[in-house]
This record gives sequence, C-alpha cells and structure tokens, in this order.
Amino acid sequence: MSSSEQAPRLLSMTLNGRVRHDAVGDNILLLDYLRETCDLIGTKQGCDGGECGACTVLVDGKSRLSCITLAAECEGKSVETIEALATNGKMSALQRGFHEKLGSQCGYCTPGMIMASEALLRRNSSPSEDEIRDALGGNICRCTGYVKIIEAVQAAAEELS
Amino acid sequence: MNKPIDRTAIGVPTPLVDGVEKVTGQAQFSADFYPNDALCGVIFRSPYAHAEILELDLTAARALDGVVAIVSGDDCPHTYGIIPIARNEYPMARDRVRYYGEPVAAIAAIDEKTARKALSLIKMKVKELPAYFTIKDALADDAILLHDDKPGNIERDVHNEFGDVEEGFEKADLVREQTFKCAEICQTHMEPHASLAEWDDERAQLTIRTCSQVPYYVHLMLAHTMELERNQIRVIKPFVGGGFGTRTETLNFELIAGILARAAKGKVAMHLNREETFLTSRTRPYTEITMKIGMTKDGHLTATYCNAVQLGGAYAGYGIVTILYAGALLQGIYDIPAVKYDGIRVNANVPPSGAMRGHGTVDSRHAFECLLDEMAEELGLDPLEVRRRNMLTVPTDTMNGIKIMSYGLDECVDKVELESGWKDKVGQLGPGRGIGFACSQYISGAAKPVNWTGEPHAVVNLKLDFDGSITALTGAADIGQGSSTIVAQTVAEVCGLDIRKVRIIANDSAITPKDNGSYSSRVTMMVGNATIDAANHLRDILLVAASAKLDARPQDIEIVNEMFRVSGGQDEGLPFQEVVEAALVDTGTITVKGTFTCPPEFQGGKHRGGAVGSTMGFSYSAQAVEVSVDPDTGQVRVENVWVAHDCGYAINPLAVEGQIQGSVWMGMGQALSEETRYHKNGMPMFTNMLDYRVPSIVESPPIHTYIVESIDPNGPFGAKEAGECSLSSFIPALVNAIYDATGLRYTELPVTPDRLVEAISKKQHRDRVAAARAAEATGAAE
Repeated sequence: MSSSEQAPRLLSMTLNGRVRHDAVGDNILLLDYLRETCDLIGTKQGCDGGECGACTVLVDGKSRLSCITLAAECEGKSVETIEALATNGKMSALQRGFHEKLGSQCGYCTPGMIMASEALLRRNSSPSEDEIRDALGGNICRCTGYVKIIEAVQAAAEELS
Repeated sequence: MNKPIDRTAIGVPTPLVDGVEKVTGQAQFSADFYPNDALCGVIFRSPYAHAEILELDLTAARALDGVVAIVSGDDCPHTYGIIPIARNEYPMARDRVRYYGEPVAAIAAIDEKTARKALSLIKMKVKELPAYFTIKDALADDAILLHDDKPGNIERDVHNEFGDVEEGFEKADLVREQTFKCAEICQTHMEPHASLAEWDDERAQLTIRTCSQVPYYVHLMLAHTMELERNQIRVIKPFVGGGFGTRTETLNFELIAGILARAAKGKVAMHLNREETFLTSRTRPYTEITMKIGMTKDGHLTATYCNAVQLGGAYAGYGIVTILYAGALLQGIYDIPAVKYDGIRVNANVPPSGAMRGHGTVDSRHAFECLLDEMAEELGLDPLEVRRRNMLTVPTDTMNGIKIMSYGLDECVDKVELESGWKDKVGQLGPGRGIGFACSQYISGAAKPVNWTGEPHAVVNLKLDFDGSITALTGAADIGQGSSTIVAQTVAEVCGLDIRKVRIIANDSAITPKDNGSYSSRVTMMVGNATIDAANHLRDILLVAASAKLDARPQDIEIVNEMFRVSGGQDEGLPFQEVVEAALVDTGTITVKGTFTCPPEFQGGKHRGGAVGSTMGFSYSAQAVEVSVDPDTGQVRVENVWVAHDCGYAINPLAVEGQIQGSVWMGMGQALSEETRYHKNGMPMFTNMLDYRVPSIVESPPIHTYIVESIDPNGPFGAKEAGECSLSSFIPALVNAIYDATGLRYTELPVTPDRLVEAISKKQHRDRVAAARAAEATGAAE
C-alpha cells in the first residue's frame, strides 16, 4: 500500500534467481517492492517494523527483515523469498520439515521462520538446539510454542546431512 | 458390522491438509488479496479516551484529490455485538467516544498516502469527559456513567450458589482466602487484521474476504449494520493467521470496510497495522479474583467461594458470557459439595475485552489451583494427593447441570507425576529452583449457540462424483488449529478412501454450509460428529451399490484399502472407483448432508446463565513446571514442562500435540511477561510486539507432552477438546513452582522480574525481622 513521492529509479537485482529491472522509488521498502511490484505475497508483514520476523528474506544469502530494508539497498544483490525454495515442484527439506513436523499451524510466521532457518542451515548445516534458538530469536510464532519448529529445523538438517 | 478393520486415517499423526500452501508461501491471507482497482481504507480514531463529540468536520478531507469516500457514525445508526441482547457498540462512534482509538470515521482513497493525508484533515471538536481505566475508578461513587442504562458502571453482575456453602465452610478444618490480580492479555495473533470488501453497485451485492473465526457472525452483523438482506452478502474466509478468540466477535474494521466499500461503490482493502490490531483486540480482561476454599484435614474439599471482578472495557462485547464462564468452570473438575460465585464485569474507558483462549476460566482456575497448593502444604499433604482425593466419578452431573461422561484427569495426574519425577523433586531442588503442579479443564464446544435458530449445531456436505474423489464442504473456520484436516481424516476413515482423495472446500458463504465457527473448542466435537454423519450416509450408498455387484448384503461388506469386499471372504473385491461408478448410475453426482445437534440434556442447567459452561464433554489437563529463579534479578526461567491432556481420543495426534504445546506456551506468556497497560490518557502503552512481550524461541522451554484418551461417548471417535485447556494449568503450576524455588506465594500476574525482585526483597526483609525478633525473644527467655 505504499506510494512514492520520489521519482522512481531503475532498480536491478537478482530475485529468486532471475534478474529484474524495475522502476522503484528510493523510499520503497523491500517488503512492499516484493509484495506489490513483484506479486510475491508469500513474504508477510506482521508488525509495524522490525518486531516479529514474519517478513524475513535472504539478501545475498543472509537473513534480513524486508520491512526495515529499503528495496534500493538491494541494488545488484541477490534476494530470495519463500517462493524460491521449492525446486522442480518439490518442497525443500526445510519446507517438508515444517509441514510434516507441524512447525507451521496458522502459517503466517512460517515464510519468515523458514527463511531465517534457511539462512542458518546455509552457514551451519548441523546446528545444535541452542544455535537454532539463537538463529530464530527474532522470529515470533504465536501458535506452536516453538517445540515443533525446532523439530522441523532438526529434521531438515538431518535430511540435508 | 461395517466398522473399519483398522483405523487408517484417524489416530495417526497427519500433516495439515492445507499445510503445503503455508510452507511454500502460496497461502493467501486477507491482506494478500489486493486487486489493482482496490482503494485503500483507513480509520480515523479517537485520540480521547472519553469525550462527547461536538463536531466532526470532514469537509477538508472530502475535498482532497484522490479521496473517494468518507463515512462516519452518521452512516451507520445500528449497534452491533456478539450477544443479541447486548449490542451497544457502533461500528463508528456516534455522539460519544469511550476509549482511545475507537473508530470515528473512515476514508477510502486511491492510495495509502492520500488516505493518510486525508486523515490529518479531519477535525473533531469534543467535550472531554472523566475517563476510568481501573476497576476502582470506574466503580467510584462519583464516577459518571459510560452507558446510561448501566448504573454504577456495572455492565453485568452474576450470582449463583449451588449446595450450602456456609455449611461447607463450617465443616472444613481449614478455610483460606486469597485475592489474585491478573493482567489484561492480548491475543497477538501473527496476522494483523485485514479485509477486502467489494461492493458491486450494479447488483447491490457485497463480497468480503476477512480474517474471521466466525464468518457467519460477520455475515449477520454486516446485514444488520448495512441494512442489507443476508442474500446480498457473501463472506469468504481466506487463510487466517491465528485468532485465539479475538476474531470470534465481529470486529469494527470488518463492518467499516463494508460500509466504506458501498459508499465508494467499489473495492476497499482495509489493512490494520499492528498498533491498530492491538486496539482492536477483544482481550482477556484484567481480573481481580478472591478465592475461598474449605478443606478437611485429610484434603477433601468442602466448599468454595469465588468473587471475580473483570475490567470489561467500554462496551458490552462478550461480557455476560465471559463473566459467567469465570464461575461456571469452578465445577466439573473436582468433587466440591458447595460452590458459590459472584461476578461483576465493569465498564471502563479501555477497549472492550472478550473471549481469549480459555474464555473467562483461566484466571479463576489460576486462583483456585494456587490456593489449593498453599492449603495442601499447610495441611502437610502432597498437592497431587489432594487432587486425587477430590476426583470425580463419571458419568456424573455437576451441580450446575452439566453432564460429564468421560474423565481422564486421574490418569493425567499419574502421568505427570511419573514423567516429571515429581516425588524426587518437590521441595528438594534447592534454593533458586523449584517445581509446581496444577490441573485444569475446558469445554468441548459451548452446547448452546449465541444465536438460537433451531438449526443443528453443525452441518457438513459431501459431494461424490465420477472422478472417485470426495469433496467436503464445511463452514468450519480453520485458523491454524487443523479443523479442515480433522474433516478430511474423518471422511477418509469412514468411507475407506485415501485422505489424498478427499478435498476440503471451506468458508465461502456462497458455497459452504453455515457453521457457527471456531470458538469454545467446538469444531472437533460438533463438526467432527456432523462429518461422521455425512460420511456414514455416503458409505451406506456405496455399500448398497457394492452389494448388488458383490451379491452380498450391505452390512456384510467392508472397505479395506479402497477395496469393497465381503467380510471374511477370499475375493479381492471391487475397487473404489468401480463402486462409485455403480452408485452414480441413474442418479449422477451424489451429495449428502450430515448434521449434529447437542441433545437438550447437554445444554446446561436451568438456572439463569446455565447455558454458559454447558458442553458435551470436558477435556482435562495436569501439568508440572520446573523453574529456576534468580533472586537478585527476579528472572524466572522455565526449565521444563510436563503436560498430560485428556483429549478423549486424538484424531490427529500431531495437531493435538501442537495445540497442547501452543496453549502451554501461551500460558507462559501470560504468567511471565505479557500484559496490557494504559497511559494516564487511556492510550495503551504496549501496542507493538517488543513492548508487549510475547515469549521468543530463546526463552521457551521444552514441553513434554502426553496424550490421555478417555474416549468420550459423545465425541467423534471419542474425541474432546485439545486446544485451550492446557493454557490454564500452566499458570498456577508456574506460580507454585516459584513458591517451591523461593518460598514466596506471589498473587499477581504476570510475574515480571521487577515485580518478583521487589517481592523477594520484601520477603527477605520480613524474614530478617522475624528472625531478629525470634532471637530477641529467645535471648529474653534466657
């Protein structure tokens, strides 16, 4: 629902593996760019800025909160969202873990939770339970009590190892 | 006869049927529907907690380029509310505002920037009135009334007594009384409120997509407030990001979206931000509870008295039901010969409170279980043993007219005692570490719906077609708890079909049967039973079709692995698809309906308010919580939780575990960190997720979860409630654990570090003074 006062400028980035060029105002948030310009609605807004983690995406492989990141900051970078994880029509190990272990109930925190977990597993393929807790400390889930989220990440790590 | 040989689709851990969408980002929530031609809807809210509106000047806002429509209280003269006899709230305030943030007007504009600019151009002149944010202030003799028809600012007061309470206390060897203060709690579901309202001016029809737990109520309230026929409205519930009770009631923003879309003659996307979502939550009210219990020296309960005062907020909302629940569930868990209850719900200038997980019952259970723990200790009894001595024998009728057919609490207590290592831990963990215990119960669906129409409590339709799949049409609102999965499992089980061939279509009023919605943990019990009924009809049709082909009586045929065959026979049998094709001859597509109606004897006592608390079955929970407490910082860490929950029968053990763990954890938030507070002007302090402290994964404990199955004769396959009960037992178990760790009985919630450290230092001071006096006395005696 954003609107730009500033004249848009050409923004180029690699989004989910494809190079894109879009006219985007300098004050547009990455979250709004993804949802409104690119129709990637899998990334969710759960708060008024940096409180809940629901909007987590990967920028150059690292987890970032897209609701407090300007789209313009991602010029020339690689951005990945929840929509990019499945390959050849199959869920990724993390997605399968969250689905089968019930790491996701209402599903609203799930895209952010999975992307934060993805960033973790890329830098640490066999995290301890404490490392999982640390990595997901900024992602709030109101349904699960986190027990099955930890099991989901562990199941994915095991599958990938 | 005709019973499935093995339960293949139920009783097995089953991932959610709509889970793939959730983990792949394909699930569409209300805010994800945003057509290119939609307008942005925003709400102008009162910056005053209590004021008379003298003038609302919308001229400048209306004149702004890009503003398409503005509506205010003038555009809707009808009150709304969940309880038909207590609707005293307008979608947008008229004449008077009664809480900070109450909607006054709304704007539809071409984009958000224009809409927000227009908001700043609205001018409201008011006469400010005295505002009350506490029970004491609202009840003061000189307080002005929030509502003229509610003298003393008492929204509701309820009183009941069962058995002879006076006699009960006289018979007791020990009577204790304690007052508990429990903070207001906000649901804080992850999805902020959102609706897309589409007004078709050619046909005079409204379609709304909205994040509701009860789309049917939204339907009724839109018709009522917009003066539309119900058939002019279509309500669709997309994926919903949690609710926990707040979305049971129809909320103002949904109605405003509809009103605004009609005024704009188009589509309005109404997305509330997190701050507005906090303002639009029907919270668990701030509650003060005085609990009194009588007990014999061998631990038998003789009587209990409970006085509850709830800070109900500015409007009636769910009020009468919430205050009745706080008393109704004093019964149904232990054998208590006499129970008295007085409850008051107070009007004050804070947002209206309502139903939150464990509706009305959580704070009373907390008070009871804490006081019981204290009394057990005073009598030198093990707190688990005290519970065991007061167990119910079922079937039984409670004094307030509720039939209990199944009771697994004794098994829950045994399980938790064993698994937690209770006997080796209580009183023995050393300073700074402790373990506590408590129990709770909850209803499996309110037996009486708030809108009494004479219809069944639940209806499910099934469609069987040439492709050999079954489509279930249900109005039950899956908000993450997994109700659609229960429906799919049930159909698969009864009809002997692979669950992957069962599709669920849910929550579109144009397609699916009306359902009373997701509240009071009713869905598994009621919709589950209606699904069994529908599936049995379909199964019967298929068995008749198969019987002609197999040359056998229908009752002699069984369905195994999608094959119809004569029971005990050696033949391979007929494939499902072949039987479907036979069944369709001469009739074509088959649709069947299943219903469920609560028998009158389960609809509660005859006393006033007797419908509240009535249910087809109580779930039970027992819980042990182990904590460590740092006496210098007041920091409490939950090290471990052991919880056993009697859910009757676990149709989906995976979802049952998830529900139990989620409710335990939500109880932890209420116990340790969550609370709503208000500034002096009535503005809420904590309208973001950093200040309103929902626990993060870092401080969340392991939760050892044990499912107890008491097989309730009313439940679908024996199932009862799984998603609310275990919240209540966590909180007193935690507070009792803090006592075990510190020797301090703390009576306020939440037990935040600042509160606890102060209480500990006061206690240390008291202990030192007492020790000094004792030493002095000893010295004098010498």
